[in-house]
Formats: sequence, C-alpha cells, structure tokens
Amino acid sequence: MSSPLRPLPIWADVALIPLINVAAAFVISGFVVLAIGENPLEAVQILITGALGDLEGIGFTLYYATSFIFTGLAVAICFHAGLFNIGVEGQAYVAGLGAALAALHLGFLPGYSLVIVAIIGAALFGAAFAFIPGYLQAKRDSHIVITTIMFNYIASALMGYLLVNVLREPSQMNPETPTFSVYGQVPQFHELLTPLGIHWPVTPFNLSFLLALAAAFAVWVVIWRTRLGYEIRTVGANATAAVYGGISPARVTIVTTLLSGALAGGMAVNVILGEEHRLILEYTAGFGFVGIAVALMGRAHPVGIILAAILFGILYQGGAELAFEKPKISRDMIVVIQGLVVLFAGALEHMFRRPVAVLLARRTTSPPI
Amino acid sequence: MDLFNAFIVVFASGIRLGTPLILACLAGLWSERSGVVDIGLEGKILVGAFGSAAVATFTGSVWLGLLGGVAATIAVSLIHGYASIDQRANQIVSGTAINMVADGMTALIGNAIWSQGGRTPELPAYAQFQTIELPFARAFGSVPIVGPIYERLISGHDLITYAAFLLVPLTYWALYSTRFGLRLRAVGENPAAVDTAGISVRALRYGAVMICGVLVGLAGVYLVLSQEAYFQPHMSAGRGFIALAALVFAKWRPWPALATCLLFGFLDAVAIRMQGVELPVIGPVPVQAIEALPYILTVVLLAGFIGKAIPPKASGIPYVKER
Repeated sequence: MSSPLRPLPIWADVALIPLINVAAAFVISGFVVLAIGENPLEAVQILITGALGDLEGIGFTLYYATSFIFTGLAVAICFHAGLFNIGVEGQAYVAGLGAALAALHLGFLPGYSLVIVAIIGAALFGAAFAFIPGYLQAKRDSHIVITTIMFNYIASALMGYLLVNVLREPSQMNPETPTFSVYGQVPQFHELLTPLGIHWPVTPFNLSFLLALAAAFAVWVVIWRTRLGYEIRTVGANATAAVYGGISPARVTIVTTLLSGALAGGMAVNVILGEEHRLILEYTAGFGFVGIAVALMGRAHPVGIILAAILFGILYQGGAELAFEKPKISRDMIVVIQGLVVLFAGALEHMFRRPVAVLLARRTTSPPI
Repeated sequence: MDLFNAFIVVFASGIRLGTPLILACLAGLWSERSGVVDIGLEGKILVGAFGSAAVATFTGSVWLGLLGGVAATIAVSLIHGYASIDQRANQIVSGTAINMVADGMTALIGNAIWSQGGRTPELPAYAQFQTIELPFARAFGSVPIVGPIYERLISGHDLITYAAFLLVPLTYWALYSTRFGLRLRAVGENPAAVDTAGISVRALRYGAVMICGVLVGLAGVYLVLSQEAYFQPHMSAGRGFIALAALVFAKWRPWPALATCLLFGFLDAVAIRMQGVELPVIGPVPVQAIEALPYILTVVLLAGFIGKAIPPKASGIPYVKER
C-alpha cells in the first residue's frame, strides 16, 4: 500500500490511540444528538449531573458499573484466550437461576452463609451454561461465536418457560419468583452505613461492588501471574505454538469459558441477590452485551475494565436522567454510544494508527532538504 | 378436512414468517461465501425496516420506501465492508457494533421524529405492498386438495415474498454458473489464489457485501411494507440470528437455505398456533421449546452430530496481500 512507518512509541500505543478511538465514538454521538435537534454539551452536562451530581446518582452509577465490571471481565478473559464469548448475556441470565434456586430452597443454612452459597450457585450455573459452547469449541470445533449466540436464545426460552410455568408463585400474575429471605440478599450500602451514622441514600448499590473489584484483581492475578494465565495468553496468541509448548488448547478453552461463565454470574449476584431479591424475566436487559464494549474499551485489562465499567455506569444512570429531561434523547442513545465504542475501539481500532504515526514521525524528524 | 384447513393456514403463515428469514439468510450466504462473516444481519434488518418506514411515511410511496430501506442497509453494509476488508478488523466485533448501533439508532431517531417511543405512524394501504392473487386462484379454489393449496398457500402473497423465492434459484445460478460466482466462492476459500490470478479480492468482497446489503435490506422492508405497516424498535426480534442459524444449518448453500428458513418459519407458525393449546397427555404445549428448536438444532448440527457444518475456509479472515 505505502511505505512502512516506524512503530509507535509505547505511550501512543497504550494511551493515545485508545483515547482517540473512544473520543471518535463520543464525537459522533455528539453529532447524533445535534442531528436530532438537541445541544450535545447541554446533554453531557445533564448526563454527568444525573450520574455524579449527588450521592444517589453515584450509588446508581456504581450499581450499574458493578454489573458491567463482571460482564466486561467475562468477555475479556475469553479475549485473552482468543475466544469471543457473545453469550455473557445468556450465561448471566441462567446464573440468576442458580442464585435464586439457592436463595429460595436452601433456607436452612445458618445466617448469611445462605447468600454465600447463592453466590456460588450463580457462579456455578453461569459456568455450567458456558461449559457447553466451550466444550463444543474445544472438542468438536463448533465456532463459539455462533454457539453462544444460539445459547443466548436458548437461555431466553428456557428461563421464560421456567419463570412462567415452574418458578412463578401461583398467586402471582408476574412471571417472577417469590422474594428471598433477608439472608439470601447481598446487603446494600445504605443498610450498612446508616447504623454507623453515615448518611447514604437508598440506592441499589450493594456489597457486590467489592466482590467485582476482588474479581477484577483475581482476573489480573490469574492472567498475568499464574501458569494458567500464561497458558491462556499463549493459546490466545498462537494456539499452534501453544501445542508445541506442551499446552492443551482444548483444556485452556474449556477452563477459560468456565471462568468466563462464572464471572458472568457476578451480574446475577449484583442484580438478583443485591437489588431485585427475586428472579425476574429478562433481568439482564442487554448488560451482557455492554460487557463487550467494556472489555474492548478497557483493552481487556482489569484496570481498564473497571474504568470503562464506571464510564458506562455513568452513561446508563445519566442517560436515564437525560431521557427524563430531554425526551428526544431516549435511553437508546446509550446503546448507540455503546455500539460506536465497539465500532471505534474494536472494529476500527487501527484506523487512526497510521495518521497518528505520520503525525508523530513528522514531528520528530527534520524535513528533507 | 378441518385438519387440512389448519395445515394450510399454518403453512401459509410459515411462508410469511419464513420470507424475511430467506432474504436475510441469502444475504448472509453472499457475504460469508466471499469470506466476510456477518453477524450484523439482525441490525441490518432493523435499518432496512426503519429506512423503508421513514421514507414511505414521508413520501407515501411504497417503491420509494423500498428504495430507502435498501439504500440504508447498503450504507451500513459498506461500513461493515470497510471495517472487514480495508481495516482488516475482527468481523465479529464489527458485526456486534452494527447490531448495537442499529438497535439504538433506529429507536432513537424514530422517537425523536414521531415521539411515539420509536414507533412510526401506521402506513396507509397505498404505501404498503398488497397481496397478489395469482391467475385463476378463485376458479381453482373449489378443486379438492390442489385448489385450496393453490388458492391459499401459493397465491395471495405479496411481491417481496415471491421475489424472495425467486432469489433462491437466482443466487444458485449466480454462484454456481457464472464467472462472478466462481470467483466469489474462490475468494471465500482461497483469496490468495484469486489474487494471484490478477482478480481484485477487495472488489469481489465489496461486491458481495453490497449484495448482502440489498438482500437483508429487503428482509427489513418486508417487515414494514408487507407485514406490520409501521416500524417498531427491536422489531427484527432475533430474525437476523435465526437467519444466521439457518445459514449454518444449510451449510452455506442456497437451496438448503430455503428449506431451512421455511422449516424455521413453520416452527414459528406452529409455536404461535399452539399458544395456550392443551394437548392430551402432554398438557399445555411448551411454546418456548418450539421457539428454541431452531437454535438447538443448529447447535446440534454445529457439534457435528448430524453432519458437519464447515464454513467457507477464508471466512472471517481479513486478506493481507503482503503475507
């Protein structure tokens, strides 16, 4: 095509290019807002005030961010193994079943050990649902992208059936389970802080946030500090070379999808055990797909994922306020932004690389005489 | 006779439900046969549907509506093409992005213009495709068995449905009997060989991506101008992914694609028909089980338990000339 350029300096590669990509997504979003006849700057102001303007907004923002950290980690850990798990949505949905079954039927467990078992239940069900696509990819060479898409719909049908016909309380019209006992709930921060004399408004923000941070740290340890993580990254970089290194790509694929499904289960902990306290229809509401945007934007690194998840938390909470004040900018705007982030930070991630390289090269070398 | 009538009704409804699947599946077939994986069919259906609804609402013309829907999907297809072909992007990521942007953007703009939560106003009859009665349908109707089949199953669909059925042999012919088709299939299997022969991989893939845009656009147009008469957010309702499943199930071949899409359409029709019906012994029919069947069948096929689905060899892999 044209002459090769010298490699970019590391700061441009790690920080500048990703920032430009995300900025491009937001600039285009701004034009979209402009096109529908609203002021983008005013929209940003309402959005940020709604998300971070008071403690209540911050509580909701961090509650959403908690879900996004989990789904983002679930997508990212698969990225490291070269796998694209589009099924986080379905895995999180089925994980909700594990959480609900434990919280409803293991009431004999003493005190808060119930909620711990329910958390394990969520992780197990999420992992189990991810196992089948992982196994089929590893052993039968079925493309995980297609199977996880199919499994999202299978999850939706399965859970729809269970909620309507099996789990629903007979006296209830709504397809939802009975409410869990208090020991089957993850405590919310306002419940914990009020007795200590600290004022925290009533928000769904709950202890799952700390679990999400711990999960992010654990993913970092696993990926970069353990033998398994080395194997995952090797398989992701070059599965053929991994075989020569004595690594079984099939085993790594299965283990990675299991971990991914378990992480997806974290969303059930946050939403089902932490806020809804019962299993409801379609509770995942597309948050599994947000995980794809979060993982791409955070460049599959736990720190990046936490930051991206908080940004998306701001978008979801602030977007709700924005839709309230400016009915023309409905919450669909957030889905547009999310898609544009995936487009620019994912699909078109190299689009700005060359212009930036040209620009940097021009700055550092003297012009030819 | 009642049973026969019920069958006719369900089959006719299966054809109507299968039509957008056929169009979307053929679209995916063109794209993937050229080596460009397209999981953005779902989003493109929405774009086609919204484009046609918006243009038909403003102009009151069904034909301009059709053009508007198809033009909009071609534009979106070109974005996917640019990412996949020129930027050598991960095609799955690009398709995911298109699904998200399409889902949000159509609802957002629809809501901004008409303030009905994203729904467009209902189109007048003259801005919709009307059903076509084939010659002698009435006269034949009284002939036993064959008559009702001709009158109520084969006749009485709209233009896009008949077009969809004609596009299957057309696709078959174009792919297997023309020079363009041979090259297109080759570029999906071994682009380096095509390149060596002095044929542009890029041009072929862009061509395929645009054909995909036209066909999947028609699927969206059909939903609005033939079925619902308005656009509603998320109205594609997973059809793009069912079409993708059908494409895998049909092993990327046109005639099996038609058969699979009709099968999936009939399953859908049966699921709707069986809603709330009590069967002896089994009790109420678990409609969700019928709805999930296309996905389950596809997974079973992918797992290699009923034949093996092997995609075009170069699908999903960006072509790099220098390698």
